[in-house]
Amino acid sequence: MTPWDDACHKPDPVDRAIIRATQGGMPLSVRPYHTLAESLGLSPSEVMSRLQRMQDNGAIRRIAAVPQHYALGIHANGMSVWDVDDARVDELGEQVGMLDCVSHAYRRPRHPPQWPYNLFAMVHGRSRGEVENHVAEIARLLGNACHRYDILYSSRLLKKTGLRLGG
Amino acid sequence: MDAVDRTLINELQDGIPVAERPFQGIANELGMTEQAVVERLQGLVDAGVLSRFGPLYNAERLGGAVTLAAMAVPEARFNDVVELVNGYPEVAHNYAREHVLNMWFVLSTEREERIEEVLDDIRRRTDLAVYNMPRQREFYIGLRLAV
Repeated sequence: MTPWDDACHKPDPVDRAIIRATQGGMPLSVRPYHTLAESLGLSPSEVMSRLQRMQDNGAIRRIAAVPQHYALGIHANGMSVWDVDDARVDELGEQVGMLDCVSHAYRRPRHPPQWPYNLFAMVHGRSRGEVENHVAEIARLLGNACHRYDILYSSRLLKKTGLRLGG
Repeated sequence: MDAVDRTLINELQDGIPVAERPFQGIANELGMTEQAVVERLQGLVDAGVLSRFGPLYNAERLGGAVTLAAMAVPEARFNDVVELVNGYPEVAHNYAREHVLNMWFVLSTEREERIEEVLDDIRRRTDLAVYNMPRQREFYIGLRLAV
């Protein structure tokens, strides 16, 4: 838990203009924050200080390249889902998150009887065989704390955008 | 995609600084001009290798909320329901998955209450169940995608 877990950055109208202008991507230029500032009618120093503040308080995770897995040959995207003893799920979830093959790991609510799973671990690979090997590794780690599991492969990406601020 | 593209993708997933010339470091490292770096990145975005380049916002930290939701959509209605669900600007990602629950989407909203509003709206308009699976805990993750 970080000190920021309950903190919140309330964006003011200028922050919101910056967020709206960049949530789908930033202009790519040698001085991108200057290009952005110009398009918003703000000074570069104001844009940079606001971005830095949002990064410092966690409202921005990072300013970075976001790869498209499919385009990179990472065709198998398996969402592995696990029914793990409630008493052990947090301790084991931490260990699952540390595995090299796992890109996200979360505890989420069950919806019995349709959905008995409480631990989600996203596993990526170049093939389903690769994903299944990774999943077997997770199964070994969870041992008898896990009662059943499944792998949900994505068959189609239907939509992907960044955060969208309305209004 | 060549070795330079791979290096750019691997290194720039970690982020660039907030600075007047944020590509200076990577350009020096690769022995390229910043203009060449920027043109490469634009090419990768245009080719769809990068879905975007820019700030990754944490909606929850901005006072908003995020959830994962799943639906079991009858095959015959699948395309219509995709269109309906994707029509909400709050739907950030949507994946078809091979399971009885065959549609999984991420909702990102500015206000906490808006999550249930959108889910209820989708339930009402589709007459289908929508399972809300907000994350209760996020486990620490070490690595990034290496290409």
